[in-house]
Amino acid sequence: MTALDPREELAKRLGLDEIPPVRFDSTKDVLKRLADHDYLSDDAIASVCFLADRLAKPVLVEGPAGTGKTALARAVADAVGARLIRLQCYEGLDDSKALYEWNYRKQLLRIQAGRPEGDGTEDWEQLEEDIFGEEFLLTRPLLEAITATDPVVLLIDEVDRVELETEALLLEILSEYQVSIPELGTVRAKQIPMVFLTSNNTRELSEALKRRCLYLYIGYPSVERERDIILSRVPGITTTLAEQIAQVVRSLRTLDLKKAPSVAETLDWARTLVVLGRSEIGDEDAAETLHILLKYQTDIERATKELLGRSKTGA
Amino acid sequence: MLNLLGDFIGELRAAGIPISMSEHVDSAKAMEVIDLSDRSLVKNSLAATLVKDGDHMPVFNTAFEVFFSTRSWDAASEFMDDVDTDEMQREGAAGATGPGQSRGEGGGASSSLSAQELAELLFRALRDGDREALRLAADESVTRYAGMEPGRPVGGTYYLYRTLRNLDLENLEQRLTQGSSDDDQLAQRLAREEARARIEVLKAEIERVIRERLVEDRGSEALAKSVRKPLPEDLDVMHANRDEMAQLERALRPLSRKLAVRLARRRRRRRRGPVDLRHTVRRSLSTGGVPIDLRFKPPHPAKPEIFVIADISGSVASFARFTLHLVHAISSQFSKVRSFVFVDGLDEVTQLFEGVDDPAETVARINVEADVIAFDGHSDYGRALLSFHDRFAKDVTRRSTILILGDARNNYHQAHAEVIADLKYRAKAVYWLNPEPTAYWNSGDSIVNQYAPYCEKVIECRTLRQLEQFVGELA
Repeated sequence: MTALDPREELAKRLGLDEIPPVRFDSTKDVLKRLADHDYLSDDAIASVCFLADRLAKPVLVEGPAGTGKTALARAVADAVGARLIRLQCYEGLDDSKALYEWNYRKQLLRIQAGRPEGDGTEDWEQLEEDIFGEEFLLTRPLLEAITATDPVVLLIDEVDRVELETEALLLEILSEYQVSIPELGTVRAKQIPMVFLTSNNTRELSEALKRRCLYLYIGYPSVERERDIILSRVPGITTTLAEQIAQVVRSLRTLDLKKAPSVAETLDWARTLVVLGRSEIGDEDAAETLHILLKYQTDIERATKELLGRSKTGA
Repeated sequence: MLNLLGDFIGELRAAGIPISMSEHVDSAKAMEVIDLSDRSLVKNSLAATLVKDGDHMPVFNTAFEVFFSTRSWDAASEFMDDVDTDEMQREGAAGATGPGQSRGEGGGASSSLSAQELAELLFRALRDGDREALRLAADESVTRYAGMEPGRPVGGTYYLYRTLRNLDLENLEQRLTQGSSDDDQLAQRLAREEARARIEVLKAEIERVIRERLVEDRGSEALAKSVRKPLPEDLDVMHANRDEMAQLERALRPLSRKLAVRLARRRRRRRRGPVDLRHTVRRSLSTGGVPIDLRFKPPHPAKPEIFVIADISGSVASFARFTLHLVHAISSQFSKVRSFVFVDGLDEVTQLFEGVDDPAETVARINVEADVIAFDGHSDYGRALLSFHDRFAKDVTRRSTILILGDARNNYHQAHAEVIADLKYRAKAVYWLNPEPTAYWNSGDSIVNQYAPYCEKVIECRTLRQLEQFVGELA
């Protein structure tokens, strides 16, 4: 007795005619195709993406801000040629914004428009059936991802911002790839979408949510990887400069700062230095451009002191 | 494989990582769809399915190294070869019967190295970032210096220490930095850090080699037990060593931030205020004047007022530091926080926290700036409480909650429990947080029992987890 392949099992449950083809051949394939779309991943990232496809499970991506969590979802969507559907979470998000909503206005219009016709006693049953049809349903990102027939990647961004209770609304879609609408019944996915959830870890996510997902922690990249990222994203930069930048940034991240520089800020800094025509970083350049990397005055002061050994520059 | 996986998960659970049944099943499913000969893929897959918290990764990594060591991974034949040459090297090194000639016969090129050559090999491997050479050099260093004794039930820390001491890492680090004789501050610092990072890689490599040999010697499960470390939130604050302390400090910041966010949300969501008529009517315009969507005013629940009275004498100082840090980090959740510290005298330190973004800095200053020693510098709870009562009792109202932190080891001074009784009468509640395990209460000079009847609750609070839970319930 052999267990069913997870994808096969899911396809059967959803009642799909055929099992959707796998998206990636191997982790090497993931690495390469993501790199083709300007996203330099590493072993862990590639493994999890590969696994997410094979096991047909959502991926929960955690890590500090600006390490490329959202970019990963975008890159994967590009790499597999899928449409990216994004649900930006915020406090107060509810099912009418995430899943679906009845179009009250249109329903009201429909009811009012129906009245004058005939003797004003329109068949209520018929009307009810009519106004709770799909025509009056506003699909929101989650339902859209489920009902899409073309390949999609669903990104649920910053899921830690919603309240604990609202999280529950995601559970059905994450484990079963279906949505239950009381008036319409259960809507099952027409294909198996890839799902990414990102979290900045401002609060603990519920066990139920974590259990349904694969977990990927994206920390700050190693010096080598950051250097490669700079090289691939900043045109016209030399390897020495990229290496130096990566080292400075690592150095800054070990300091006790309010906000450590993110990869995005590193790239901004690299671009600035290229525009300024520098081929390596001296003390002066660093002192003058640190404010691109660091966003708090106290951080800048501390960094200048630690890295350059001076208390405060003129500016 | 399934059995091995089961054992591995058992070990992770024993270390405190919560793993549910369905996650166990997921990991087994993952093993079916991946290429099992790719060690890093196996590792990443297990991590993705089993570990759902970034802070738990170090524990996972250690357990993985022990259960799936590189050696047991390699094909069986290679594995045997490896052990053979190793065995020979070890014999060559240990049984130096002939005068210095037996060593060269070991066979492998690496075993014929002298101490200088080994140092040179290490240096070059580090300088060029050559992983393969580094692995070889680490292996050789362990063989030579660790002096491992089979069968001893240890976790390998001592072997690591012995190997590192012999390698003279400081000298290595200096040589690595020498290349850049720049007088640029920044360049110098970068070179230094690069060197240090590479040395760290070497240390990790050596630790790995030692672990592997220990696994061979004693088996995975026995070793796993020796190297198991508690998760940061379960560390005993009072007995943490320096490394663990640093871990705690790191864990505290995100913890207090999360707690603040959670409390703020709970406060906002707990109850809805009255209907906001203006907002509701505005919303009803889009539905033809029918108020379908009711809007409510935000609620304004009262925030509690907190008095923290902390013993900062040597034995419980670190615990007091953490609690003060945590309480002040979430001070926006309270209407007022006032802090007092004492040893045998008492001093208010609230003003030190004012206008400071980072409570950690202030907490560090307290020990220096607070005037807490009146006599001999041994904790005297009775005197400190009396002093608090004299000076501040008038400020305590029905809205105040008083937290007393300390082990109640009073050095056989007078207890003055009647002070607590009076404070309880004035305040909303008095809580006592004791960083000692419950079993030690009331032994020796600990007099928790004399105070306990007047406190709402006396709580054992030894770990960050317990502390967080208590503070969360308080707000």
